[in-house]
Amino acid sequence: MTSEPLLSVRDLRVEFSTSAGVVTAVDGASFDVRRGETVALLGESGSGKSVTAQAMLGIIPKPAGRVTGGSIEYDGRDLLALPATATRELRGREIAMVFQDPLSSLNPVFRVGAQIGEMFRKHRGASRKEARAEALELMRRVGIPAAEKRLDDYPHQFSGGMRQRVMIAMALALSPRLLIADEPTTALDVTVQAQIMDLLARLQDEEGMSLVLITHDLGVVADVADRVVLMYAGRVVEAGPIREVYEHSAHPYTAGLMGSLPAIDGPRERLTPIQGAPPDLLDLPSGCSFRPRCAFASERCADEEPVLLGAPGRPAPHSSACHHAGKVLTDAP
Amino acid sequence: MAAYVLRRLFFSVFVLWGAVTIIFVVLRLVPGDPAYIMLGPDADQAQVAALRAQLGLDHSLIQQYATYLSNVVRLDFGQSFRLNADSMSLVLQRVPATVQLASTALLVSLLIGLPLGVVAALRANTWIDRGISVFSLLGQSTPSFWLGIVMILLFARGLQVLPSSGSGSWAHLVLPTITLALPFLAILVRLTRSGLLEVVHEGYVQTARAKGLLESTVILSHALRNALIPIVTVVGLQFGALLGGTVIVETVFAWPGVGRLLIDSIGRRDYGVVQASILLVATIFVGINLLVDLIYGFLDPRVRLAGD
Ligand SMILES: Nc1ncnc2c1ncn2[C@@H]1O[C@H](COP(=O)(O)OP(=O)(O)OP(=O)(O)O)[C@@H](O)[C@H]1O
Ligand SMILES: [Mg+2]
Repeated sequence: MTSEPLLSVRDLRVEFSTSAGVVTAVDGASFDVRRGETVALLGESGSGKSVTAQAMLGIIPKPAGRVTGGSIEYDGRDLLALPATATRELRGREIAMVFQDPLSSLNPVFRVGAQIGEMFRKHRGASRKEARAEALELMRRVGIPAAEKRLDDYPHQFSGGMRQRVMIAMALALSPRLLIADEPTTALDVTVQAQIMDLLARLQDEEGMSLVLITHDLGVVADVADRVVLMYAGRVVEAGPIREVYEHSAHPYTAGLMGSLPAIDGPRERLTPIQGAPPDLLDLPSGCSFRPRCAFASERCADEEPVLLGAPGRPAPHSSACHHAGKVLTDAP
Repeated sequence: MAAYVLRRLFFSVFVLWGAVTIIFVVLRLVPGDPAYIMLGPDADQAQVAALRAQLGLDHSLIQQYATYLSNVVRLDFGQSFRLNADSMSLVLQRVPATVQLASTALLVSLLIGLPLGVVAALRANTWIDRGISVFSLLGQSTPSFWLGIVMILLFARGLQVLPSSGSGSWAHLVLPTITLALPFLAILVRLTRSGLLEVVHEGYVQTARAKGLLESTVILSHALRNALIPIVTVVGLQFGALLGGTVIVETVFAWPGVGRLLIDSIGRRDYGVVQASILLVATIFVGINLLVDLIYGFLDPRVRLAGD
């Protein structure tokens, strides 16, 4: 592990033109991913996690979406400034991705062995036979039983968990240095979720790669992540080492998620830890986007958009984008 | 899959029975008696009656139908009233010409229609897409007989670069092929465009991009292969329309195929030949639909493996 981050996202902005207007899905997000570490990207639905991942991979759906600002520095190069062929060659080889729903993410008309083998054939010029052997090896490695027989099966013949293993095998094919897993367990049964998380953690350890784990489930990341980056309405609101952020939340949104915020009125419902509705990206409030749902909101929050700064009185890598970070920290039990 | 094919073959028999029955009824409902038409306006009642008896037309309709069906089952379509030869062999002689025309038209449609559809989808909502859309809309709505006549006037009479009618050389094939292919090609363009636009947002297309594949591989291999699945069914059905189109195109260009024989035979109330042609065309249509189902299964493993 060197101190230089593998990936460094700075002030990333991504916009989508929709029939209702221009949506700023990612609005100035900044965070780092260091070599070999696991970063959890956390946030409610619609907070811009997947779009951030698409931007890192250079696969923002066109023509509706486009990156309108910022930089994504990977291993010293700005991905956003590279020509399209160069970023394409990085995809799969250097940066790979596992998606949420393995059924729709695998091509229904191709055999899984061929889908995994395609990585070797297209990137390494491997023969059909070599690619098949490599695919078999990978399928064994991700724990697919009777892999030899299953090479020629189609995605619909697999269970959800096995499909996700196929996706993981495909992503790991060329030993990427960064794996982005976008809610890899959300579409799976609870019992299978833990197995897939264990598999990802084990493979990350073996490969020494960096892992960006996107989720909206705190429980999933607690055991595996080194650091956590919290997104709200397209912005990073808090980031830091996971224990630090858990125990000393410096943003009311995080504090709410952690359940450490004092109940505002009456008993809190367990499943909806945060009061109020998620923000409408087409009609964001002035200043801090979280303001309408925040117990700490003041006049300043409406006038001035908070920027990501070091959490007051906390050790260095912990940052928060809240005018009242100090108060949030002291109010917590 | 085998059981499925057998079941389909079984039902095909009913489809063919329906076709021969409908054509039997329709032929006898339209005014015009074969005996009158064959003998001409000068024939007297006795001659007509004699010929009617000879042709078996003096029996009741039910009786005629029963005889006809039992003959059809034995693949006997009777003599042509007009040409004094076995009806089915007359039709079969014309089959190669029609097959040549229809298959060239099909090939041309696929070779031009699929790429145009792909380009329209990739350039959706640009002027290229709009241009292709206008072309396919015109192609779909231009009547074949009109297009055929315009082409003859333009290329045969005007520019004198291609023959207007007949067969025998590749040059003879050009105008009828274009006329026959255009509506089919136009439908193919629209189906390919919309099919591709439907799948480009699917997860597996995103995965293909995330794998770092060339955009051409993403579209032509991962997306198009899925987009083709529903297209194949419609193409199969539309091929029936293309077969129907041969009747008009063969007539306009005097192409010696089944379609033209059918038109001539209807005019002369040559029942045997009409019935034999219709049964043959219906059989081809049923066969193609069966083939389409097989291709569908080949393209979509979820269908192919469903029975296992
Ligand atoms: N293809 C698209 N076209 C238009 N808008 C989009 C598109 N993709 C994303 N967006 C917009 O960007 C916002 C953020 O989407 P994103 O998928 O990144 O959310 P997310 O944090 O991943 O949520 P989830 O937990 O539901 O996956 C969405 O609310 C949506 O308005
Ligand atoms: Mg998402």
